[in-house]
Amino acid sequence: MNIFVKFDFNAVCEQILREKLEQLGVPYSIVGFGEVSFSKKLSDEKRNEFEVALAAYGIEIVEDQKSILVQKIKDAIIEMISADEGEINVKSSVYLADKLEHSYGYLSNLFSEVTYTSIENFIIIQKIEYAKRLIIKSDMTLTEIAFKLSYSSVAHLSTQFKNTTGITPSAFQRIIEKRRALSDLNN
Amino acid sequence: MNTDYIHIILADDDEDDRLFFTDAFDELKINTKVQTYNDGVELMDYLNAPDSVLPQVLFLDLNMPRKSGMECLEEIKADTRFKDIAIAIYSTSASEEDIENTFVQGANIYIKKPSDFKKLKKALSQVVTINWQYHTNGLNKDNFLLRL
Repeated sequence: MNIFVKFDFNAVCEQILREKLEQLGVPYSIVGFGEVSFSKKLSDEKRNEFEVALAAYGIEIVEDQKSILVQKIKDAIIEMISADEGEINVKSSVYLADKLEHSYGYLSNLFSEVTYTSIENFIIIQKIEYAKRLIIKSDMTLTEIAFKLSYSSVAHLSTQFKNTTGITPSAFQRIIEKRRALSDLNN
Repeated sequence: MNTDYIHIILADDDEDDRLFFTDAFDELKINTKVQTYNDGVELMDYLNAPDSVLPQVLFLDLNMPRKSGMECLEEIKADTRFKDIAIAIYSTSASEEDIENTFVQGANIYIKKPSDFKKLKKALSQVVTINWQYHTNGLNKDNFLLRL
């Protein structure tokens, strides 16, 4: 038997962050996702202590401004993809430029420089990953999934899926099902 | 982030293929460290050593003497120590049956050995870039299937 759980990553991370900040015992406020503001400059010992406490959770303190902005771009994209239909009705370039208050050209160059991939590519990968999750976990049809992810048609989703992964959505579904059957057999 | 490198291992009994493979990575702009082994036995000896440094991506040729890629894949999938390694099958075979079977057995990537060096570079760069996305963005590796 399998049970699926869904995580709210933002909530999980924020909770960990709050706990560790409380332990640190310095006045702070959490400004946005992944951004903490301290009213006084942290001493080196405190900063170190904070870094070590977070490391256990795979959370690291990001040093440079470029990486921070790239992380904001990624967060905005993921938020955009998981938004409900009709909630965001501008092009992704316009959405990102507005939200992050930089020109799209600047964001796009920076993103490619740091991540080895383009924003467009990142959006496609994220959308296809989301489609995979929906194919596996939900009883939505491909038509419904295509609509939810704002593809103009099922054919468009299937083509992009095939171009990105090399396999069709139905082959993907079949492989995952066979894998499960195999691991049930072994357990 | 750019100072990191990606650790890659290839097991392939064909010397030319190993050479093309390492040359292709040398020419990519992504920092990589590539180790090669001549067959499945050598590979598994390395991986099973308690102090081995595990790669992020492991490329397996299917047809190798002594121990085939498929046997390696099954051993690797049975050991939780190796659960974070992305497995790429690197083979001359393109039979649908082989491909689907390796995916079902837990491979993440299937690459048919390209016919020329330029295509090889392109394919390897694609693999590394997508693997990097999975690695840095916390995507679910169980859903990582890629066929080139």
